Amino acid sequence: MQYSEKVMDHFAHPRNVGEIENADGVGTVGNATCGDIMQMFLKIENDVIVDAKFKTFGCGAAIATSSMATELIKGHTVKEALELTNKAVVEALGGLPAIKIHCSVLAEEAVRAALADYYKKIGREIDFEVPEAEENVCHVHEIPEE
Amino acid sequence: MENRFVYADNAATTPVAPEVVAAMTPYLTEYWGNPSSMYSKGREARRGLDEAREKVATLLGAQPNEIYFTSGGTEADNWAVKGGARYMRKKQGRTHVITSTIEHPAVLRSCEALEREGFRVSYVAVDKNGILDMEKFKAELDDDTAIVAVMFANNEIGTLQPIEELTKLAHEKGALMFTDAVQAMGSVPVNVRELGVDMLSLSGHKFNAPKGTGALYMRRGLKIDKYIDGGGQERMMRSGTENVAGIVGLATALELAVSRLPDTERIRKMRDRLADYILKNIPHTIYNGDPVRRLPGNLNISFEYIEGESLLLLLDMAGICISTGSACSSNSLEPSHVLLSIGLPAEKAHGSMRVSLSHLNTDEDVDYIIEKLPGIVARLRAMSPIYPGEGK
Ligand SMILES: Cc1ncc(COP(=O)(O)O)c(C=O)c1O
Ligand code: FES
Repeated sequence: MQYSEKVMDHFAHPRNVGEIENADGVGTVGNATCGDIMQMFLKIENDVIVDAKFKTFGCGAAIATSSMATELIKGHTVKEALELTNKAVVEALGGLPAIKIHCSVLAEEAVRAALADYYKKIGREIDFEVPEAEENVCHVHEIPEE
Repeated sequence: MENRFVYADNAATTPVAPEVVAAMTPYLTEYWGNPSSMYSKGREARRGLDEAREKVATLLGAQPNEIYFTSGGTEADNWAVKGGARYMRKKQGRTHVITSTIEHPAVLRSCEALEREGFRVSYVAVDKNGILDMEKFKAELDDDTAIVAVMFANNEIGTLQPIEELTKLAHEKGALMFTDAVQAMGSVPVNVRELGVDMLSLSGHKFNAPKGTGALYMRRGLKIDKYIDGGGQERMMRSGTENVAGIVGLATALELAVSRLPDTERIRKMRDRLADYILKNIPHTIYNGDPVRRLPGNLNISFEYIEGESLLLLLDMAGICISTGSACSSNSLEPSHVLLSIGLPAEKAHGSMRVSLSHLNTDEDVDYIIEKLPGIVARLRAMSPIYPGEGK
């Protein structure tokens, strides 16, 4: 198993690590039993994500995908951020080993969870799928054919 | 300190020693004949093979005709476990196998294969230090037990099992005793006569011989079924043209390793110094395994709130090679079965680090790990959403 240069760059120098005080949306996905937890903090003004930060407990891919996800949504509207897919994150990172695809799914879910929190805070109806918090269920997403 | 390269994963593999390369080279360049050929070119190779067998036998306390060379530890384990169980079923109708929950996959998967053949397998638990629970073991052992397969030393937490005692108990019930000594060989004294075992496996690449070399010791008088059919090499028991150079390398490496055993204390001291430093200076750490009944070079520590693969990658960037029992770094995405077996919760197994030192490591290596590790752990904790902070 080998990570791309881009993955190693985002792992070794993760962008936007940390927390945002009084964030407009906070989402946490994954669980420690499975070895991965991602926490996403969003600062949103006029439906535009003006800042995004993350904290991650997980592998190199988990850290790199969190980092890339924050980069991809910063400066974008909430609507655009909701369209972020794990595939886009993987592509932006120059690919991930098949066994690590599930870590990128977590990054997508962390963004959605944070946006759902934002919707809830401003009293807007949540019209998108929100990852459910599941205890002790570790997801190994389908490994695509090589 | 200046940047260095510190290889601290000797339980995974070791470099081939220069003396071993030197001993092997003539068998690649000059004595390259087939040891089964009758002409002189073949006899040269045969001589190397015979000498190697004698050397290995002597070092193990065995007879030359009790040594069968294999392609490594995995093959020897498969052969011993499956072959031993099937032999006892054929001879005595026994259908039960006892092993431990912390065996290497080569043994565990072999046991599962036996289950598919109708054997009943007891996976005996270990205590929180990783030592086999003797009461549970005795409760499982009976007249139906065909073979007991318990490893001499564990590859992840280094715990040493009471093989002599287990052997006595197994023999009292007429069962065969096999031990996987792959990790023990060359690190602690191993003598098959003193142990009394019927079979024992070893692997060359764990003690500075090349990968793909190994051996099974099988007590004289015991003749389980051969595992590989073919031209009848290894006294009809393990076919395939012998890996002469590799076998010569294995024997040379084992001789060197055994001659170094009196120096084990130095390795133990380096290991203990590293352990003491980590436990005293890095908060939220857990010492995994037994502090005394343990391989001298093995250290296994869990750092809470961080994940092992990221730890491994950052240490690698600093030039340090270690391994981890984290799910994220395994092909199965399951945390180490050994760490779970000693009762460590999954989230703590994820943050585990195995350091395995050898005679090639120095005090400077340990100093370097001590210099780099705390900062890397702190860095990962700073980005961990579950880290409560120091002193909490
Ligand atoms: C305890 C144990 N048994 C068996 C093996 C397998 O040996 P080999 O790599 O020679 O197949 C290993 C090495 O990984 C081991 O540590
Ligand atoms: S977080 Fe476990 S594999 Fe990525």
